[in-house]
Amino acid sequence: MTTPSATADQRPQAPAGRARPTGPRALLDAVGGQNLILLLALAAVLALFGSLNLNYLSWNNIQVIAEAVTIAGLLAVVQTVVIICGGLDISVGSQAGLASVVSAMVFTSTGSSAVLGLGAAVLVGAAVGLLNGAVIIYGRVNPTIATLAGLAAYKGVAQLISDGRAQGYVLGDPLFVFLSRGKIAGLPTMVWILILVAAAVHVLLTYTDIGRNIYALGGNPTAARLAGVDLNKYLLSVYALTGMVAAVAGILLTARTGSGQPTSGSEGLELQAITAAALGGCALKGGKGGIGGTLLAVALLGALQNGLTVQGINSFWQNVAQGLLLVAAVVIQQRRGLERAVGLPA
Amino acid sequence: MTAPESPPDSGPASGPSSPPAGPSSRPALGLVAENVGKTFGSVRALHGVTVEFPPGQVTALMGENGAGKSTLLRILSGDHCPTEGRVLLDGAPLDLSSPTDARRAGIRIIPQEPEIIPHVSVAENVYAGSLPRRAGRRFDRAELRRRITADLAALGFEQVLDPDLLGSELTAAQRQLVEIMRALTGAVPPRAIAFDEPTSSLSEHEVEALFALIGRLRDQGIAVIYVSHRMKEIFRLADRIAVLRDGTLTGVLPAAETDERELVRLMVGRDLAGLFVRQDVATDRVVLDVRRLTTDDVHDVSLQVRAGEVVALAGLIGAGRSELALALAGDAPIRSGEVLLGGLALRLRSPKDAIRAGLGLAPEERKAQALFLHRTIRDNTSLVSLDRLRRRRFVRRTAEKQLAQEYADRLRVRAPSIETEVRTLSGGNQQKVVLARWLARRPELLILDEPTRGVDIGAKAEIYQIIADLARDGVAVLVISSELPEVLGLADRILVMQNGRVTGELGRAEASEEAILALAMTEDLTGPRSADAADGSRATDAAGPRTTDTDATTGVAR
Repeated sequence: MTTPSATADQRPQAPAGRARPTGPRALLDAVGGQNLILLLALAAVLALFGSLNLNYLSWNNIQVIAEAVTIAGLLAVVQTVVIICGGLDISVGSQAGLASVVSAMVFTSTGSSAVLGLGAAVLVGAAVGLLNGAVIIYGRVNPTIATLAGLAAYKGVAQLISDGRAQGYVLGDPLFVFLSRGKIAGLPTMVWILILVAAAVHVLLTYTDIGRNIYALGGNPTAARLAGVDLNKYLLSVYALTGMVAAVAGILLTARTGSGQPTSGSEGLELQAITAAALGGCALKGGKGGIGGTLLAVALLGALQNGLTVQGINSFWQNVAQGLLLVAAVVIQQRRGLERAVGLPA
Repeated sequence: MTAPESPPDSGPASGPSSPPAGPSSRPALGLVAENVGKTFGSVRALHGVTVEFPPGQVTALMGENGAGKSTLLRILSGDHCPTEGRVLLDGAPLDLSSPTDARRAGIRIIPQEPEIIPHVSVAENVYAGSLPRRAGRRFDRAELRRRITADLAALGFEQVLDPDLLGSELTAAQRQLVEIMRALTGAVPPRAIAFDEPTSSLSEHEVEALFALIGRLRDQGIAVIYVSHRMKEIFRLADRIAVLRDGTLTGVLPAAETDERELVRLMVGRDLAGLFVRQDVATDRVVLDVRRLTTDDVHDVSLQVRAGEVVALAGLIGAGRSELALALAGDAPIRSGEVLLGGLALRLRSPKDAIRAGLGLAPEERKAQALFLHRTIRDNTSLVSLDRLRRRRFVRRTAEKQLAQEYADRLRVRAPSIETEVRTLSGGNQQKVVLARWLARRPELLILDEPTRGVDIGAKAEIYQIIADLARDGVAVLVISSELPEVLGLADRILVMQNGRVTGELGRAEASEEAILALAMTEDLTGPRSADAADGSRATDAAGPRTTDTDATTGVAR
């Protein structure tokens, strides 16, 4: 193909070449600006609490931190996918609670079949996620409102079927014991599950055409549709995936506490998940974000929470800290987007 | 004021000539930008530009995208603070630290995309911010009515603008009128008015009405600044023409003493002889065969496009051309009729069906309907070809990069690399990325909806070349354009639409601007409103894609 040569000669910029940045710039590009800030913040938190208490940086305490963030971390990973799609799921905590109760109750009623308990929980998670997706897509309900309804309704269902009490006792079963206390290569099983799920979602987002389409539909739904992306199919699948991962989080909750918990342990998880995703660099408008940033943010939140606890700081302050972090993360994001501070944010 | 300094690279011999009004050393009347410069970070957008906008004259401002026209307008409107120089009105320096200051001084800018509040009436839109009220802040509806009626009559808009229409019901032209009314009805009478590419979303006869209005403003002694890419309009309208290139003024010429070629040379620093590529490569093989297609917006349309043929769809805004394109691309439900591609009848339930069948659409609104601004050139290019680039759902990175690089090179996309985010590119380069996406897909039929809107003249020539190359490769091309010279220059055959129907077909030999306009508006001789009113809300698409907006948040439930 030829273009009028006169046009080409007098242009200031060369056509798109293969120019690659080198040196520190390349490193920054590889890590990402947002991630670098998170890494620095994490290092600062570790240094601060490590200097205040020598045990804080012990291998034991680090494992405690990792275990403590696993459940919220799983939810943050799927929340990242939902937010990239331009949606939001604030019902993940309730979904986890419902799955926790279902896993324990099915386990008990099937004569201690852990496999059936886990399977039922994941199925229920998928169904609840599909329901969220269907309400949002076919009911044309704003995702925040739809999942706010879910937040209340799924918690209610969990309380109804459990009569509001903890259900069953699962730690007689080797599978549940393995999930709660087992270790593989020195790392707790729970942490491995988080690593596996995060790695799988990362591969999905970065290396497959599915991931490309997810970023596309979050970044510009109209353009994605005209480029042949089946928006409904993708959104339904993403919410179903969210339900299933929330169910895995619920199962881990059951394993950790020994019984199905309708509310305790799962309330407030949505806040942690959304905070981590926003802190990790997800644009709440959709189309931007990644698992790496979210995991860093999860680690940062976990380290901060543990440090505050180790220092004996009132846990109410931890809630305040978390709220501040969420707002700070989004404010920084908006500032970078150079939006004009006029009226309601888009 | 002193005579403007010679800019560093003033190409032509004529140079920046002084305006006919006042070449002397006494203060110039009207609006004057004196040695105005603006730097954004390390980028110098404007280099000490001195230009006068005398009262009672239309001064056209020309230049490629990125030449500094918008920056200059923004400085005049108080949106940007100049890093050097100053702005004077009738010899007195102005303090323009905010848009309010500019408004108080009597400077008004009519933006390219009018800001219209959708859910309130025309009257409230016009006086937004200074609605009439009685004691106790009560809204005075009677006074509002009185005011809008008087102002509509004064401006001669009674026939074309119903004050009770809601903002969301307005056509592109009417939105523009609202913006003009806002500019003209303030407490401070306007001294200078700038129109920023006002006609890009207007149809030909709406343009006429606008020109009549601009003529009246000029006769009232207002300094009119007119920014446009369209030569024809500029020669009809302007008394003086100021040309910017790369942030410097390359010339101010009396319109009567210059011509298109000279202006183009001042803008691009070279002579663009013949933007269009004439060739005859159309074959007899019918690629697209549309038979009596009817959708909600398109009625009983039949047309054919052959391999190697460029067919243009002409017509007024709201004639149903974009709607036809979306229907062919599978994005609007088909009520009756057939679409055949390469002899096979298509089932078009979604854009995916159309793409698979070998049809591509580069839609009208580049940013809203085609681009992923925060993704890279590579991502944007490969998106519709991912099914060919993947192995078991994994995208083959190397193949993807090769594809994106190949088409970025072929289309001469100007960017540091294919990993550059699309939002940082200029309009012309963004459009090339959209074209690269579809060229990489190698469709049998490519529909290009307004492929050169908002694109500078250099990129325009390149896009015309791309279209010619596509045709030579045997692709059937359907181009929608509202610029008649473009339609005439590009097309082997022209179909004219009006109110959702094809009203005629013109071969190359018989085509002329007059013939096209006759077919585009034969039944419509009653003024601007009725043409668009028949198509109602559709016409607003040009200003904001409402048909797509509603689906934007979560997806389409059909």
